[in-house]
Amino acid sequence: MDLNYTPQEEAFRQEVRDFLKTNLPEDLATKVRNGRDLEKADMENWHALLQSRGWLAATWPAEFGGPGWDAVQRHIFEEECALANAPRSVPFGLNMLGPVLIKFGNQAQKDYYLPRILSGEDWWCQGYSEPGAGSDLASLKTRAVRDGDDYIINGQKTWTTLGQFANKIFCLVRTSTEGKPQQGISFILVDLETPGIEMRPIKLIEGGYEVNEVFFTDVRVPAKNLVGEENLGWTIAKYLLGHERTNIAGVGASTEALNQLKALGRKVKRYGKPLAEDPLFASQVAEVEIDLEAMRLTNLRMLFGSSDAQGSVSSMLKIKGTVIRQRLNDLARRALGPAASPFPSEDVIGNYGIAPPEAASHAANYFNNRKLSIFGGSNEIQRNIITKETFGA
Amino acid sequence: MDFTPTDDRRMIADSFRRFLADTFPAEHRNKIAYEGACHDADAWAGLAELGILGALVTEDQGGFGGAGFDISTVFEEAGRALCPEPLLANLLALRLYAAFGQSERVEAIIAGAEKAAFAFDETDAFGDITQITTTASGDTLTGRKTVVYGGQAADWILVAAKSASGAIGVYEVKATDAEILSYPMIDGGGAAEVILDKTAATCLAEDALDAIEAALDAGRLALCAEAVGAMDVMKDMTRDYLMQRQQFGRPIALFQALQHRLVDFSIEIEQARSIVIHAASKLETDERALAVAKAKNLIGRAGKLVAEECVQMHGGIGMTWEYAGSHYAKRLIMIDHQLGDTQDQLHKVMALTDITRAA
Repeated sequence: MDLNYTPQEEAFRQEVRDFLKTNLPEDLATKVRNGRDLEKADMENWHALLQSRGWLAATWPAEFGGPGWDAVQRHIFEEECALANAPRSVPFGLNMLGPVLIKFGNQAQKDYYLPRILSGEDWWCQGYSEPGAGSDLASLKTRAVRDGDDYIINGQKTWTTLGQFANKIFCLVRTSTEGKPQQGISFILVDLETPGIEMRPIKLIEGGYEVNEVFFTDVRVPAKNLVGEENLGWTIAKYLLGHERTNIAGVGASTEALNQLKALGRKVKRYGKPLAEDPLFASQVAEVEIDLEAMRLTNLRMLFGSSDAQGSVSSMLKIKGTVIRQRLNDLARRALGPAASPFPSEDVIGNYGIAPPEAASHAANYFNNRKLSIFGGSNEIQRNIITKETFGA
Repeated sequence: MDFTPTDDRRMIADSFRRFLADTFPAEHRNKIAYEGACHDADAWAGLAELGILGALVTEDQGGFGGAGFDISTVFEEAGRALCPEPLLANLLALRLYAAFGQSERVEAIIAGAEKAAFAFDETDAFGDITQITTTASGDTLTGRKTVVYGGQAADWILVAAKSASGAIGVYEVKATDAEILSYPMIDGGGAAEVILDKTAATCLAEDALDAIEAALDAGRLALCAEAVGAMDVMKDMTRDYLMQRQQFGRPIALFQALQHRLVDFSIEIEQARSIVIHAASKLETDERALAVAKAKNLIGRAGKLVAEECVQMHGGIGMTWEYAGSHYAKRLIMIDHQLGDTQDQLHKVMALTDITRAA
């Protein structure tokens, strides 16, 4: 075994690090570090910066405008971005629809949509879940009925992340009720300007707005917006979910969160001393550090294609990665003691000086990040996947 | 032994439960909990009239309750309804005023005519009140108190401060004389920063550490009981949701993996209920500190388990503001941040049960 990166990989890491040092705006990094909501313009500007370097579509082959990186390079890039507190790229166009079009789209769709994702002209959102179809996604009911050169869509999607910023949505729709539920699903692209679509925000547990409900009433969509064949959308859906789970372990983000937790422990006081000197706190931090170290290696084993790390490893990493991240959020919230309680308004964060500004949103972030073990295939569904593989049932 | 509540306490519980259900339907509760002064004057007058505040102090002190079980009875109901009113603040204040023989103020608070809050914490003194730096000099106080529960809606602020001798006393400040920075809390209800700069104050007791600890222990017991009430509701909501939510062609309550998780946290809720009964029974004894610390530690662990599991088992719905369960989850988590968390209580239990010495 050799657990070292090659000199080329190390050089690539340095290149990414230098780029971030020069180009990542300090105020943007501060926002990310402080766990604040990003504005639409923040994300657009960041995408444009990455695109100017050719690094925006990290998962795309070079012929479509991606950097043509391999899995290790993508990992290094993600890790460095997380450690520098760069925003996470908005994944819906870049990591979900892009790869789907590259694999399943026709030439016209590739030619039209892919450049618009890179340029930022299109902001995509995801129309997968429905009120009655969450973990059991294949039971989705939103209907698309063929009418001449169009489909007419009726139904409701939900948990549509950042839909409020989007101008387009890719949807799973039911085009047939014959056979198994999975067999009657199609994948279709919809312009959100089309009459009959209504987007309603969902307020989340901590008070923020990032997900939406989307209602479709007699929405007329050109049949040429179908990706792949009618009724074969489930294959595409699963392919996309596989991409949703890349970087699922979030090793870089958790490493940065651990660093910040330690810094917070040195900064805040408990019993008149820095909290970091309290063995009960320090022991809990040490335990997460141990778990994170092990996960880092599991992630690398998968990344480098070790034969003992195939199959359901991505499900394991989803479970372990989210549990570790949530534990870090938990400890960060607790480190604040009573100062975690104030609702993080602008005054509370910026003017009242109750908690350090980088920590004032820790309770809100803890609550918000309970979503990690629910979305992208809940941790229960991941366990089902591992169970299936283990028992072959 | 008899674990049945007395008729009086059962009546208080029943009437308070009905009152809270009528007064704080979910939408109104959230409006009061997260907006403005986080306080509904009519609701406060109503609960004073019901005798809820009087139940928090003894007859000698002007009330008609005051025992551990009276406190736990009231706060368990507050927890069931996620009552956003400054009950904790006024419990702490009542216990202090009563301890210092301030019967006029006790009477006014019980009647709902005045409200008070206890400002004890400071950013650099979390977990150890002896570290505070707010100082009493002559008839004034100078310093900054942080996250004062109920401070946004108080007529009087009781302040823990150090005199020149280094003793920690309790001083009374008129709220309008201090600089008050108010805000809602993430789980609802209000608090404030209280900034004192040679602010006029009346000394109620110059050396008050014991009285302060006793009041804070009453507050901890109250928080523990509140958590039990909230956990009971969350468990019922989750059970109902699992039975109603259909995925894969059946109610998800039929999946054994979920059944067992609900059972596991239900066991912890019973553990929690038991340790709160234990703490309530010891509130007026010399075992108070240890019993309360044990309770608050267990409640912190159980509350987190229940909150996290219930949100998880609800899936996305549990993450929404609109669903009442999310507010119960926030309250259960944030109770651990008030008056000393699981870790602080663990330190206390370790110190008080010192296992390096034979019994």
